[in-house]
Amino acid sequence: MTIHGKAWKFGADVDTDAIIPARYLNTSDPAELAKHCMEDADPEFATKVKIGDVIVADKNFGCGSSREHAPIAIKAAGVGCIIAKSYARIFYRNAFNIGLLIFESPEAADGIKDGDEVSVDPGQGLIKNLTRGEEYRATPVPEFMQQIIAAGGLIDYVSERLKK
Amino acid sequence: MPMTITEKILAAHAGAEAVEPGQLVNVKVDLALGNDITAPVAIREFERIGVETVWDRDRVVLVPDHFVPNKDIKSAEQAQMLREFARKHNLTNYFEVGRMGIEHCLLPEQGLVGPGDLIIGADSHTCTYGGLGAFSTGVGSTDLAAAMALGETWLKVPESIKFVYHGALPRWVSGKDLILYTIGQIGVDGALYMAMEFTGPAIEGLSMDGRLTMANMAVEAGAKNGIVPPDEITRRYVEGRAKRPYTFYNSDPDARYTKVYEFDVSKLEPQVAFPHLPENTRPVSEAGNVTIHQVVIGSCTNGRMEDLREAATVLKGHKVNDNIRLIVIPGTQDIYLQAMQEGIVEQFIKAGAAVSTPTCGPCLGGYMGILAKGERSLATTNRNFVGRMGDPESEVYLCNPAVAAASAVLGRIAAPWEVE
Ligand code: SF4
Repeated sequence: MTIHGKAWKFGADVDTDAIIPARYLNTSDPAELAKHCMEDADPEFATKVKIGDVIVADKNFGCGSSREHAPIAIKAAGVGCIIAKSYARIFYRNAFNIGLLIFESPEAADGIKDGDEVSVDPGQGLIKNLTRGEEYRATPVPEFMQQIIAAGGLIDYVSERLKK
Repeated sequence: MPMTITEKILAAHAGAEAVEPGQLVNVKVDLALGNDITAPVAIREFERIGVETVWDRDRVVLVPDHFVPNKDIKSAEQAQMLREFARKHNLTNYFEVGRMGIEHCLLPEQGLVGPGDLIIGADSHTCTYGGLGAFSTGVGSTDLAAAMALGETWLKVPESIKFVYHGALPRWVSGKDLILYTIGQIGVDGALYMAMEFTGPAIEGLSMDGRLTMANMAVEAGAKNGIVPPDEITRRYVEGRAKRPYTFYNSDPDARYTKVYEFDVSKLEPQVAFPHLPENTRPVSEAGNVTIHQVVIGSCTNGRMEDLREAATVLKGHKVNDNIRLIVIPGTQDIYLQAMQEGIVEQFIKAGAAVSTPTCGPCLGGYMGILAKGERSLATTNRNFVGRMGDPESEVYLCNPAVAAASAVLGRIAAPWEVE
């Protein structure tokens, strides 16, 4: 599976209140959350984002609260993956646990500009910038995380373990 | 092998002699926590796992605190999910409205967390319990669901940064100022994925309330956990209160740190964090003329007894400024009651403040003090992100309770000594 879409660029320290403001946390319905995804960072994002598009950001993406609603909103909005220089640690965990692909690549985060056409090969950790003809490498996903993704997320991983 | 306090707690819970930074470990948890925002997602995931019941009914703790007393129909439904789950699984530690408090004020107070514990909670400020010498960290709802079933979780052993605070704290300077100052120095990702260990003479002299405040905001520097080595102050706090046995761990003298910061805090001033990041700190005397509309005293950072007392001391003999709404939110029912018995609640009300039942409320822009476009709030809370307390075009400034009270009197960001 290759991810292919347009890049939406954001800055450093994008926090979970910007990704999904607390005023919408009285629900955990993914479709409802997706409608307000990134609202306080870019009010037009949720209506304009297309399936397979990619969020590209600077350092410390997803800082702030532990709300899993943040990666859920992004996934439900159709975003194919996130590429950032680094992630806040709870966001990083949550993204894997719910099966949202995220990549760490400072090169790609600098090289990709807003609106560039990007394709990502998750298996190889290879990111291609089709607009600029550039390629970047992402940090390989730790093996343990790969097992979680292979099982279909943490919950399936745990149920499999409990069955053994 | 020499180890830090964080490494020792993780090793003990992994059943290992020793652990090293970077190692992935499977650990037993002593307590797993959820609230009315994160637990509904966790409960749904838990039910997918297909186990009959939670791993230990005494150790899964549910606290509805963010949107309760229910602010609207949807939040009522979320609170209802917690209540029904707690009944179904016969949980010992479910705290209903009227008995509850803000989770991170409540758990230490009720003796549910103690030194040497390993605690995970589906709330980023779970790191608060590091003030007691515990390893505690925030996780997501799915992690909580897995822990509710297994009583275990996986963690990566963090590298540790040691902070040494030299000197005695000046009057009006508190744990809040130490942590704001620290975040100002290292930035909001200055301790990303790491453990922050708080030590030195200023910490040894710091009350438990102050230590909890410091550990609480470790996550604002990106840290996995913040921790204060336990001592006599810790012992006095947990004795007679802890509901489970506890263990005092301490870092070995030759333990390894990624970095060591040394700060002389003997001349530190109260700090104010300007919008829109907790790292934008300045000493209060350099805040300039910032007029404000609302002041909030409360939250898991500064809603404890000592915080209310400090604010009341500053407020004594004064009235809340005509242009200010002062909202005071005691962190738990016990704190509320104690503040009433000490006459502090009466004093707040007579000064013109609104005093609320415990809730997170405005801290996360939930309810009970939401800001309109263009409004500014000074708050003793922990985050001042864009839109955190209301409209995306409102602003939040962070400070300690004494600065908050002085500012409520003067209608602008002010130092406590300006109202004496
Ligand atoms: S008081 Fe604020 S920071 Fe603390 S748990 Fe509640 S919402 Fe989170």
